[in-house]
Amino acid sequence: MQRTLVQEFTKGIGSENPIFRLVLGLCPTLAVTTSLLNGLGMGLAATFVLLCSNTIVALIKGIVPPKIRIPIYIVVIATFVSITEMVMAAYTPDLHKALGIFVPLIVVNCIILGRAEAFAGKNSVIRSLIDGLGMGAGFTVALCTLAAIREILGDGKLLGYPVMGQSFEPVLLMILPAGGFFVMGLLMGALKLKDLRAAARKRAQAIAET
Amino acid sequence: MSDTKTDTAPQLIVSAAPHLKTTDSVEKIMYSVVVALLPALAGAVYYFGLQALWITGIAVVTAVATEAAIQKFRKVRITALDGSAIVTGILLAFNVPPSVPWWIPVVGTFFAIAIGKHVFGGLGLNPMNPALLGRAFLMASWPVLMTTGWSAPTGGTTSGVAAVTSATPLMAVKAAMRDLALGVNVEQSRAVVESAGTAKAYFSLFVGSVGGCIGETSALLLLVGAAYLFYKKYINYRIPLSYIGTVAILGWIFGGEGLFTGDFMFHILAGGLVLGAFFMATDMVTCPSSPLGQWIFGFGCGLLTIVIRLVGGYPEGVSYSILLMNLVTPLLDRYTKPKVFGA
Repeated sequence: MQRTLVQEFTKGIGSENPIFRLVLGLCPTLAVTTSLLNGLGMGLAATFVLLCSNTIVALIKGIVPPKIRIPIYIVVIATFVSITEMVMAAYTPDLHKALGIFVPLIVVNCIILGRAEAFAGKNSVIRSLIDGLGMGAGFTVALCTLAAIREILGDGKLLGYPVMGQSFEPVLLMILPAGGFFVMGLLMGALKLKDLRAAARKRAQAIAET
Repeated sequence: MSDTKTDTAPQLIVSAAPHLKTTDSVEKIMYSVVVALLPALAGAVYYFGLQALWITGIAVVTAVATEAAIQKFRKVRITALDGSAIVTGILLAFNVPPSVPWWIPVVGTFFAIAIGKHVFGGLGLNPMNPALLGRAFLMASWPVLMTTGWSAPTGGTTSGVAAVTSATPLMAVKAAMRDLALGVNVEQSRAVVESAGTAKAYFSLFVGSVGGCIGETSALLLLVGAAYLFYKKYINYRIPLSYIGTVAILGWIFGGEGLFTGDFMFHILAGGLVLGAFFMATDMVTCPSSPLGQWIFGFGCGLLTIVIRLVGGYPEGVSYSILLMNLVTPLLDRYTKPKVFGA
């Protein structure tokens, strides 16, 4: 049963969210989510690269020799990462500086290569484009959630504006690397718990019906 | 814990071996530890005023409330009053400076119970000592509050703490040693180091009339509590002996300006070593259960403590060294498992 185009988009945000469900691309996720602006910037940059690379990979899938497909995918991805990096350096120098090495490292981000390998290399151009958009949106949503929680708790601010009042003492740990792991782990645990409880309810219902 | 008693007593119990039964239970052991910590708490109230009692009380109430709330959320049996949460609360309070704001023990204890214990599955399944994890969280999050809230002990006043901020002896000596190595403030620094090595200074460290965390200052009162636990056989000598012994020997060799000139009495009595060695490194859940493993565990704690104290960035390293050794406990147990008799 083939998914509709809408489902192709929404799976990236929900059931196949790259961060919370597929657990891919954790390195930039943990490293740059110290403030909402950084998270958003990283998410949008990765989404752009993902969208373009998915489209191109789907276009050339018929002429790529299977044995050397990975190097070819990497070249495609690297092209768009270079474009992104130069644009960011030119128009958003502060964000470019804050994200640092993690912008060039989008080249080896496993979400992007993973989608090229697992999806765009096997599906039509329009589906690959929608898939890239959905996965990018899912990545951005996850990054922004993490970044917002960490910025509010660790800095008392959101997008740079104070939100927690005068007497709040920032939880410094939250913007340290360890805080990234804590927030990430707790969010994944909460999602898992939701799944488990839903499954348990379903089972109970099934038993009640029989 | 779960006696198979029914209304129709007495009965013949036929079960598989082993047939020896112990009367120990979680409650019995944990409340014994609480009793063993009371002398040190009394000392803390004597030296730092009612503030010490207030902080400890807040931590204990938070610990029990957090435990109950999380067990309710996890839909497991609520055992918040089995004493283990109370011990965690007291130990966490013992590990913070006396004049921290009231919310520090609340946040720290919540973190200790929620993240340190229940994330891993609750009592008996936590890889690290929850109270120490809570302290590490507080240290990383509010370093200023956690390292400047020292108040000079006021000995005997129960009206509250004199708002004098004094450095702990470890901090003072570490700063002085650094100055000596750099060659600045030489006379003043030498005076600090020498005064730390006098009988009078040892006596203050031993009875606890120095600045420090709430429960760590009085070696004497901690030893009284530890003696009770030895008597009840809930802790054994291996970890405290190898831990304190390692700190003493390495402190003597490397702690001074030349080799073998270090002040080992100072290294034993200052800071949280006595509290850590007797009450936190010996935590049944997070230390090895084989005798050889316990010797190695104590040695590792001692080595890390001395390394942090002498060359690390912090003046005191007891809590981090115990946490790090907690993490290798499964490995130690695995490689030091005694041979099965007859095998």
